[in-house]
Amino acid sequence: MADQPEKLIACHDCDLLQREVPLNKGCMARCSRCGAVLYRNATDSIDRTLAYALSAAVLFVVANSFPIFAIETQGDQSAINLYGAVLAMWDQEMKPISVVVFLTAIVAPTIELLSMIYLLLPLKLGKIPAGYTLFMRTLQYVEPWGMVEVFMLGILVSLVKLTNNFRVVPGVALWSFGALTLLLAATAASFSARDVWARLGQGIDREVEP
Amino acid sequence: MNRKGLSAARLGLYSCHVCNLVSRPRSMSKQSSCPRCGTELHFRRPSSIARCWAFLIAAYILYIPANVLVMMETGSLISYRKDTIMSGVIHLWNNDNKMIAAIVFIASITIPILKLISLTFLLLSVQRRSRWRPRQRTALYRVVEGVGRWSMLDIYVVTLLAALVQLGNMAVVKAGPAAIAFGAVVVLTMFASMEFDPRLIWDPIQDEESHD
Repeated sequence: MADQPEKLIACHDCDLLQREVPLNKGCMARCSRCGAVLYRNATDSIDRTLAYALSAAVLFVVANSFPIFAIETQGDQSAINLYGAVLAMWDQEMKPISVVVFLTAIVAPTIELLSMIYLLLPLKLGKIPAGYTLFMRTLQYVEPWGMVEVFMLGILVSLVKLTNNFRVVPGVALWSFGALTLLLAATAASFSARDVWARLGQGIDREVEP
Repeated sequence: MNRKGLSAARLGLYSCHVCNLVSRPRSMSKQSSCPRCGTELHFRRPSSIARCWAFLIAAYILYIPANVLVMMETGSLISYRKDTIMSGVIHLWNNDNKMIAAIVFIASITIPILKLISLTFLLLSVQRRSRWRPRQRTALYRVVEGVGRWSMLDIYVVTLLAALVQLGNMAVVKAGPAAIAFGAVVVLTMFASMEFDPRLIWDPIQDEESHD
């Protein structure tokens, strides 16, 4: 977009109108009035985000398929996985809790990862994904509700509480959730909606000039 | 502070809340949509203050049962106890799980209170068109928005424990009614902070500057 004149950007937190300035790799631009982060020049944003999102998706499947941990009492073992916990809550007449956990720990991260892959994979291959607006919007609305990192802390707290009374055996999903937390953080850090819009909007931009 | 700054809205420019594109309204009479992504455009979030209050008041009301009622029942052959959020934290502290007690205290008690008070303060200051420390108030909003999700911690802990410890007569862990109320508080305060439009903090300052 070298032929475009300086573009304008309005701060999402204070609405101050500012000119966009080109950034060095890895730098970020902050609003000159309120200090909000306006945009970043993330290194290879699309490539890296896609790589993180794909590996996160694989780990997410693993994390949901295997037991998180098991407890042993009198030789009996009972293990739990995430979906099993959701079902148990439903059966205990704690339906609202069951729904909230299901949405925040399973549905939201799934939608988030699938949307990212759906958007970034075609872009990486030089194509424009159909219906991208819907997915970009979904991504924005879903993002606050994916709470895998909070769930991970929940696992750790439960683990400590359980070790007071039981012998606890960690499961595969415990490690997967740990790694997933890191990968999702990396995905979020490398994703730049601005870069994606720039790629998607090439040719259809109708920017306002000063 | 940037004294010469002008907001996009003051110049009659929309800023898309989905794709951030700045655009000029195409026709003044009709509802505008973003030329890049087609999202319906508004200068400010529509009825931001009213909606934020609605979620916030609902959260305040549910905050009472969330703290008074039983969050978790734990029983074994030798003991049986019903814990509220606070008594659960105290029990953890006394059982030498001080680290975990501190984490749960921050997530379940400090953060919800911080959110409720901060959002109330932000709403009141915006309604009174306060010009007091807009930068700090914006920063406060960012903290509230970023930290709120961590309150969900206790909900996850209760879910995992209750699901796991269902071994008949050996031990029982059950979620209490406070869990539902507390979950609702977390969700409602998240909605409240999403509805709040931080640009409203800056509008009185903007108006003052342009009258100079």
